[in-house]
Amino acid sequence: MERPLTQYIHPGCPPFDLREYEMTGGYAALRKVIGSMSPQEVQKLVQESGLKGRGGAGFNTGMKWSFVPMGENAPQPKYLIANADEMEPGTFKDRLLLEGNPHQLIEGMILAAYAIQADISYIFLRWAYKKAAQLLRKSIHEAYTAGYLGKNILGSGFSLEMHLHTGVGRYMCGEETALLNALEGKRATPRAKPPFPQVSGLYGKPTIVNNVETLCNLPHIVNNGAEWFKGLGNGKDSGTKLYGVSGKVNKPGCWELPIGVTVRELIEEHAGGMKNGYRFKGVLPGGASTDFLTTEHLDVKMDFVSVAAAGSRLGTGTMVVMDDATCPVGFVHNLQHFFAQESCGFCTPCREGLPWVEKMLLSLERGHGTAEDVEMLQMHTQLLGPGNTFCALAPGAMEPLQSALKYFREDFEKHVELHKCPYG
Amino acid sequence: MIAQKLNTKDTGKANNTALYTTGVAGEPYLTDLERTAIDHEVAQVPYKSAAVIEALKIVQQHRGWISDDSVGAIAAYLQMSPAEVDSVATFYNLIFRKPVGRHVILLCDSISCYVMKYGDLYTALQEKLNIKFGETTGDQCFTLLPNCCLGCCDHAPALMIDNDLYKDVTVAMLDCILKKYT
Ligand SMILES: Cc1cc2nc3c(=O)[nH]c(=O)nc-3n(C[C@H](O)[C@H](O)[C@H](O)COP(=O)(O)O)c2cc1C
Ligand code: SF4
Ligand code: FES
Repeated sequence: MERPLTQYIHPGCPPFDLREYEMTGGYAALRKVIGSMSPQEVQKLVQESGLKGRGGAGFNTGMKWSFVPMGENAPQPKYLIANADEMEPGTFKDRLLLEGNPHQLIEGMILAAYAIQADISYIFLRWAYKKAAQLLRKSIHEAYTAGYLGKNILGSGFSLEMHLHTGVGRYMCGEETALLNALEGKRATPRAKPPFPQVSGLYGKPTIVNNVETLCNLPHIVNNGAEWFKGLGNGKDSGTKLYGVSGKVNKPGCWELPIGVTVRELIEEHAGGMKNGYRFKGVLPGGASTDFLTTEHLDVKMDFVSVAAAGSRLGTGTMVVMDDATCPVGFVHNLQHFFAQESCGFCTPCREGLPWVEKMLLSLERGHGTAEDVEMLQMHTQLLGPGNTFCALAPGAMEPLQSALKYFREDFEKHVELHKCPYG
Repeated sequence: MIAQKLNTKDTGKANNTALYTTGVAGEPYLTDLERTAIDHEVAQVPYKSAAVIEALKIVQQHRGWISDDSVGAIAAYLQMSPAEVDSVATFYNLIFRKPVGRHVILLCDSISCYVMKYGDLYTALQEKLNIKFGETTGDQCFTLLPNCCLGCCDHAPALMIDNDLYKDVTVAMLDCILKKYT
């Protein structure tokens, strides 16, 4: 089984420095691209490989790039940004790549920048990843020294600057247009689309924001080709995927596997099954803002298409397992507390609605809730749903709530009936 | 909501003025060190106000938190209004608008840590330090804050103190961890 992204990552050992990275084939993709491919050819290759964004939305990466204005008359400078904000609760996959192989990300970023002919690149890193910050600073310096960054890279005439930006908190910074505002020194509220960042992004210039994992795939696609990449998948999508499992399982962790392994395989084989005394009740397949899957979905393949067909989203691919001793109402309350707190406050349904959702769930959990509260919660899943808010935060928040109301309705009703939490 | 408590406007004058203002009471100013660091950031962006988050980070690094005077000083330096600077400062939860202790404990209260019972750690910390979320110990050693997912959910429950991450934390480990900072 091939694990292109993590084959040289050994948790607990320091990551490769520049020389070690080069000795294992590092920066060969950059040499290849610069020596023999046009930016459009790189875009086409990535589009054909079927690589979909690993930041949650799952949009074809090459396609996303194709909206960037190219050629002599394109606005200057253009920007390429690595989204390393990773703040989706339950998600810890980009950390592995950032700490485990920083040069892989840097090479991927240079390739993406070449494909859209960007002049300046940023890594937007969340504050909490202190170790990654230190490693990235060192690796960026090494790449400059070796001539992979800076002016006239490897004598090609292509130039690229790279900067590391560390944040000061707030989940919203991960949303790509809010990220642009944060980089410009503003509050991280999202921007209206259109214009899309590809056309008018950072400081009004064409900008691509890609997730860390997305970018790390690029050197391997360039080296091995689109067909190879497609062949890596198990299901309906291309490539491998970093999957994570947390919760009361025996071996929580993060692994690179062919995209499309089943929920069951992840939990039972890779995560070692449920801890003694606990049973599986449900799972958020791709972070806090994805719909629950339950026992009936254990054989669903974890690719974008199959998880969507099962009524949820692959999201970040890092799942949170809910066991039978954890109260679903308390669980969802914890999620809504997070979303209410992280709402940027820009639009009314989200700013006003989420705190009410949180309050209703808390009163239910404490045994003060009524049947009308459950109905009211149900109503909110519509009111805060897609199309009613300015960005995807609130609709994302409603996903675990609406599916909890669907699959664990009895638990909500029990709280009303007993006037207390049945889980004690 | 508690996370934002520290982030709301507060003059905090009592703790601040003696150390960080000039002879003229309340006159906002930046030190040379702070100015040099901010200049470095300003040089990398198209216009001054784009460096405001960096400026807030720099001043907080030197002073521990951002007082009203600091907001005023940064605003004057970057040619912004204090309200503009404050709107940014209060948005980001790791810019502290109230004084904090010498060490800030960030306890993850997100979903994986919830499932793995971060609540037990919170109860134990409350007892040991005699403070709740949003509060600082009497000796100014620790401030305790809830924080969302720290990105190590496979080792939940997790907490950070300053730059140090602690994973798979149990109540039994807390004394040993806290001792390093006292
Ligand atoms: C509230 C919110 C938070 C987000 N946080 C992240 C994040 O931390 N990292 C990330 O890569 N994408 C995040 N996204 C998705 C980004 O907006 C964007 O789709 C992604 O970075 C695009 O990269 P990709 O095409 O490579 O997936 C978030 C989206 C929303 C709505
Ligand atoms: S949905 Fe929420 S987070 Fe998004 S813009 Fe509206 S208030 Fe802000
Ligand atoms: S939920 Fe606590 S570290 Fe992710």
